Amino acid sequence: MMAGKLIATREGFGEEIVTMGKQNKDVYVVDIDIGKSCKTVKFRCELPEQYINVGIAEQNGAGVAAGLATTGKIPFVVTYAVFGSLRMVEQIRQEICYPNLNVKIACSHGGLTPANDGASHQAIEDMGVLRTIPNMTVIMPADYVATKKLVKAAAETYGPMFLRFTRDAVPVIYDEDQEFEIGKAVKISEGKDIAIIANGDTVRLGLEAKNLLEAEGVGVTLLDMHTIKPLDVDAVLEAAAKTGRIITVEDHNIINGLGSAVCEVVSEEANAKVKRIGVQDQFGMSAPYERLLAMNGITVENIVATAKEMLGR
Amino acid sequence: MKSMEKRVAYLRERAKELRKSALTMIYEAQSGHPGGAFSIADIVAALYFDEMNIRPEDPQWADRDRFVLSKGHVCPIVYAALGHKGYFGQEHLHTLRQEGAILQGHPCMKKCPGIDISTGSLGQGLSCAVGMAIAGKRDKKDYRVFAVVGDGECNEGQIWEAIMSAYTYKLDNLVLVIDNNRLQIDGTCDEIMPNIDLTRKLEAFGFETFDIDGHDMEEILATLAKCKASKNGRPKCINAHTIKGKGVSFMEDELAWHGIAPNQEQYEQGMKELREAWCSEENEEEDPTTVEEYLEGMKELEGGAK
Repeated sequence: MMAGKLIATREGFGEEIVTMGKQNKDVYVVDIDIGKSCKTVKFRCELPEQYINVGIAEQNGAGVAAGLATTGKIPFVVTYAVFGSLRMVEQIRQEICYPNLNVKIACSHGGLTPANDGASHQAIEDMGVLRTIPNMTVIMPADYVATKKLVKAAAETYGPMFLRFTRDAVPVIYDEDQEFEIGKAVKISEGKDIAIIANGDTVRLGLEAKNLLEAEGVGVTLLDMHTIKPLDVDAVLEAAAKTGRIITVEDHNIINGLGSAVCEVVSEEANAKVKRIGVQDQFGMSAPYERLLAMNGITVENIVATAKEMLGR
Repeated sequence: MKSMEKRVAYLRERAKELRKSALTMIYEAQSGHPGGAFSIADIVAALYFDEMNIRPEDPQWADRDRFVLSKGHVCPIVYAALGHKGYFGQEHLHTLRQEGAILQGHPCMKKCPGIDISTGSLGQGLSCAVGMAIAGKRDKKDYRVFAVVGDGECNEGQIWEAIMSAYTYKLDNLVLVIDNNRLQIDGTCDEIMPNIDLTRKLEAFGFETFDIDGHDMEEILATLAKCKASKNGRPKCINAHTIKGKGVSFMEDELAWHGIAPNQEQYEQGMKELREAWCSEENEEEDPTTVEEYLEGMKELEGGAK
């Protein structure tokens, strides 16, 4: 059992990509000179024939990956989330998504997790920007187990994808036998009073909030929405119908991320109230990660308080 | 093996017909970019009708040579080549930029057979060509990758990123052709963003370079042969000195003809000039007027030249 063990999702990526590369010689890594930090060193050492490093040149990296994909390769472009999205967004649009090529953008340091680095390195817009591009799939796993399973699924599923991992060690939530499907939420708990929909590192916050609320007799549906595009619309609608109250939690700007995606569905097809917890449309700064989360209300306490407010308790 | 003289005569005819097709496409669409299409017409003719190892009946053939039009806006000249090679039916050559057409305003690999990568946003195609060339090396395939980049396009920083990676990965299977027509949209390259000396720049970036007249078919063929023979680990750059609008007098070296379509009078004048250009006396009388007639005539010429 790994549950409870602390390990960063980027470590899960670093391990699984080697397994994938050994299974399929077409799986490539295109590094952009931050391989050490993004955990591709093992891949580089063990699978040099499937490894490319383009240096500090994100735009070229995206294009090289597109070219590789036209020949049947499955390149994973690896960098930090802020660069793997915004620094090469037009290349992703023109040369990867428009031709619908089988390129994966696999990024560490998602959200506010590069905390000490400051706002320049914190990725708060990445998932939102990329989910607006046709053909793109956008994924953020919650823990080490989810990361390994979703990296495997990404390598085995055709199409452009953005996978967002994070820097810090987070608790392992899932058992090894938990199944993951791209585009299908994981229902961690089911309750009738309120739904919490989270992704990535914030699933652990949702889990703690759920436990606190349940201890007070509140029934909580907790969904790990690891894929924000395509969104699991059925899971959102089911949660909305069951509870009528949804709280979304994400380490991303509240504009255009998970919360927005949920609101889009609920406003059109359900009768439920949605409260979004996430980065308050403001840049971060150099500070401890937990402090940055607190500055934006991304805390267990705020989830619980928001739930009580919605429940009128 | 065709004699050089016959190959050159044949390819000049081909280039002329590509220009006529492209001009017709742009005239019919009343939209498109004739200037830069004409500056690369001779190189495109040499690549598609002589140099590249391709199978029009099997556009996805894994061992084919790849062609990347990084300056995607001049696609009508490539569409003409693909159409004349038989990648798609001739009727498509009259559908440029129309709703539902396979011939999009900028090349789309998902719609048009024979397009190896979608392009249109400048500065990006060369990176894709590098990816294709790396895959060729890793898979131990003999195919080569030809990428046509504009001199104005070299303003884009990504071009230089791609150039550096081509050197790093020793891509002697990559041929970068720079269409050095000295004009960009808002002015001459010298006015907007001088390239100074692209041959020396590419040399400094580790490429094996060739400075040529991009309209001299004999020189084009000789240079392509040198590129093919040179397996020294260095990527190749052909700095092709060209004239924007080459082949139609009033378009030549004229900034205004970057991205506009001719009116009827200009179209007819242009076609007349193209018909008369490089026309050997023996061919003059039977000058074809439609693509279909042309292809019939070409079959005979091709048979004779082999």
